[in-house]
Amino acid sequence: MINWFKYSAPSTFYPLAGKLIPVFWTLAALLGAIGLYISFFVAPTDAQQGEGYRIIFIHVPASWMSMFIYCIMAFWSLLGLTFNTRLSGMMTRALAPTGALFAFLSLWTGALWGKPMWGAWWVWDARLTSELILFFLYIGFMALQAAIDDPRRADRAGALLSLVGVVNVPIIYFSVKWWNTLHQGASVSLTKSPSMATTMLWGMLTMALAFWAYTIAVALMRARTIMLEREGNTEWVQHLPDVKEAA
Amino acid sequence: MPVLAAYFAALQRDLLLVMRRKTEVLTALFFFVIVTTLLPLGIGPEPDLLRKIAPGAMWIAALLATLLGLQRLFAADHADGTLEQMVLSPEPLSVLVAGKITAHWLVCGLPLVLLAPVIGLQFDLPADAIGILMLSLLIGTPLLSLLGAIGAALTLGARGSALLVSLLVMPLYIPTLIFGAGAVESYIAGLGASGHFSLLGALLILAAAFAPWATTAALRISLE
Repeated sequence: MINWFKYSAPSTFYPLAGKLIPVFWTLAALLGAIGLYISFFVAPTDAQQGEGYRIIFIHVPASWMSMFIYCIMAFWSLLGLTFNTRLSGMMTRALAPTGALFAFLSLWTGALWGKPMWGAWWVWDARLTSELILFFLYIGFMALQAAIDDPRRADRAGALLSLVGVVNVPIIYFSVKWWNTLHQGASVSLTKSPSMATTMLWGMLTMALAFWAYTIAVALMRARTIMLEREGNTEWVQHLPDVKEAA
Repeated sequence: MPVLAAYFAALQRDLLLVMRRKTEVLTALFFFVIVTTLLPLGIGPEPDLLRKIAPGAMWIAALLATLLGLQRLFAADHADGTLEQMVLSPEPLSVLVAGKITAHWLVCGLPLVLLAPVIGLQFDLPADAIGILMLSLLIGTPLLSLLGAIGAALTLGARGSALLVSLLVMPLYIPTLIFGAGAVESYIAGLGASGHFSLLGALLILAAAFAPWATTAALRISLE
């Protein structure tokens, strides 16, 4: 049985993260290479959409990640507020930019895909709109963290905000969905896509795993930087081999 | 009931403070009027178009006017130390916060509801649609105050908090905007507004139960 609380202290988590980062970078590179190979060379050309559909291999995993990351942030926030651990705030803060990146990527690739497929860069579909709102939530979280000088306070305020956000995300999603059905007019149905070939599904899953590995690697790197920044004057940081060499 | 007494004390105090400085309230109110006046000037005076955008335009103006007042909700009490006394007081903080939120709604939300018919006439809304609009604002504006209070408490003492609070709170206002403006639209379309009102009411009950509590938690974080 692993003692999880042991690794909740930055002094023990820092070296652990240092060991894990190369592992996840390797995984990200390997899975990314396999996923891109499947998506470009193995997956068949779509009968209706031609080659352009291949952006789905980036688009769908990016959308998944943007939603997962917000949930993970809410999980860390809950942990942070209940157990008052320093690490959870750092992890939440480290995850936010990656989540915003994936939300942006998903919107951008969606626009690139939408133009040839439906003839519009943007439609006011429920999914597109709620992804955009999710992006706003990430931006709000980062802005709040940046505006509060005291890091402990910033962590706790951010934790509360992400919990409020995660409660609201389903409400926002369903309200936007209903709003969309009320305004049927010019909207395009995204759900009536033909059933997917198995190779396409594999390509998407591999890419999603690659994005997972990338997210973990980047978040751990960011968390390590935050730890050094915040705990620069503590004993354990002074005794780190890297710090000693530099000094 | 000491809890109710505390609630009304907080409410009365905030209302009294507002009455001593009326301009602040009137500013938000005239902001609402000016925004809704500018819209036809920007879009054009065709009555058909105006009738169509009226619910959305008025709801967005109400949303912005509420945001203007949010900054005032805790900032002054924070600056002069009253807020700390409230945190230290033996009465539950969430009750005092609920009193303050009610005061904010009475000052920022209720006047908008009462002003809505006038603006509605400017947008050439039919009388029964104006009634629906007023009802939707009546249920929706307390929701805006409740959700906004969380944002106001979170940004207390942060740099550039006036802008920040809009950034945090606006996405949370989306469901209120959709159901509030949607109620009027679907009424005009002949679909009936009861579904929208039920959802708005449900959101209001949910927010009334949890928002004072979340605001209290945010205030404690801001003051620690």
